[in-house]
Amino acid sequence: MLSEAKGRQQDATHSRTVPFDAAGESAVLAVFPHPDDESFAAGGTLALCNEAGVRTAYLCGTYGDMGRRMGRPAFTNREALRDVRTVELRDACAVLGCELAFMGLRDKCIEFEDPQDVAAQVRRVIEEYAPTTVITYYPGHGVHSDHDALGHATVLAVRAMPAGLRPRVLAVAVGDPNVLREELGEPHVRADIRGVKDRKLDALRAHRSQTESMFAHMNEDAREDGQTSTFSERLTVREEFYVLDADAPTLLERARG
Amino acid sequence: MRPIDRDSIQAELDDRLGQELYLHLETTTGSYTKLGPEKKNPVIAFVRNARISYARGTVTGTGPYRVGLKLGEGWVYADGLTDYEVNERGELLLAGLDCEGQLTMALQLSQTPFREGQTDAE
Repeated sequence: MLSEAKGRQQDATHSRTVPFDAAGESAVLAVFPHPDDESFAAGGTLALCNEAGVRTAYLCGTYGDMGRRMGRPAFTNREALRDVRTVELRDACAVLGCELAFMGLRDKCIEFEDPQDVAAQVRRVIEEYAPTTVITYYPGHGVHSDHDALGHATVLAVRAMPAGLRPRVLAVAVGDPNVLREELGEPHVRADIRGVKDRKLDALRAHRSQTESMFAHMNEDAREDGQTSTFSERLTVREEFYVLDADAPTLLERARG
Repeated sequence: MRPIDRDSIQAELDDRLGQELYLHLETTTGSYTKLGPEKKNPVIAFVRNARISYARGTVTGTGPYRVGLKLGEGWVYADGLTDYEVNERGELLLAGLDCEGQLTMALQLSQTPFREGQTDAE
């Protein structure tokens, strides 16, 4: 149940890291707020599932309308970005072999919605899609407020389900892996994504407005130090998750007391 | 978008004098500043689809540019504007873009509400 350690909401039965096993899944649902979160946080895992013949879907919270990246150099604008990112996400999901649905929420504003309303929306999709695993952001360790709020709503959605029907909740924590290990311990599940690295990178490239600048920097870094940077290594070698206990209060609930 | 030239922007502002308009005003550092080397706090604000009308609207500066709109009972102010576009809906989009092409500031005026909800591409 609830871990004693501050900042944790993990299922305490997971004391060591196990490999992600796509063959053990029948369907995997990703729930993140922005077009490109699915590729950054779980693109390799989704591709592994696709290769194993496991159904995957992405429930995307917003259209990413408030993103500040517009391409490098900028090729779109604040008002056209939502359409640009919708198309980019459709292309990325095609690369990953992933179905796609939108929740239609406003970028940056998920935390100001009623969490129960957002959770009910997520729950309807979970019940319809019947995933064995749901992947979302670790509420309280998402860095972006939308990441925290939608991760929280996803935990609430699973909590409201009968125990026997609940999917496993895998959570992505954002930030420096060393800091996260200190705060949260070793990740519970690790996906080795080296074999699907190119599909993940292609999915990220499909998000051109958001990733053009990152790829330019990665190429510059690679030229300078003659090896892959830590960031790109993290992106292409492994994806790590914590198994959340849906009955334990999330950090957002605990912060409210 | 293309680089602001003051005469064009001034003409666009003059065209909209006295009209009932929808405003989108925004400034953003991006949400991920905490992950940067200086661990800065994000600083972000936006107002979308506020109703305004101005009696005097002026663009100033030599680039980046400033725009001030004098309202009946207040002001709209933006600094750091570099690029603009009048889109197919007739909306005046002014933006501040940094050297990476990232948006840092937006001041936008429209005669109809800026779009919310489902995208055209969905």
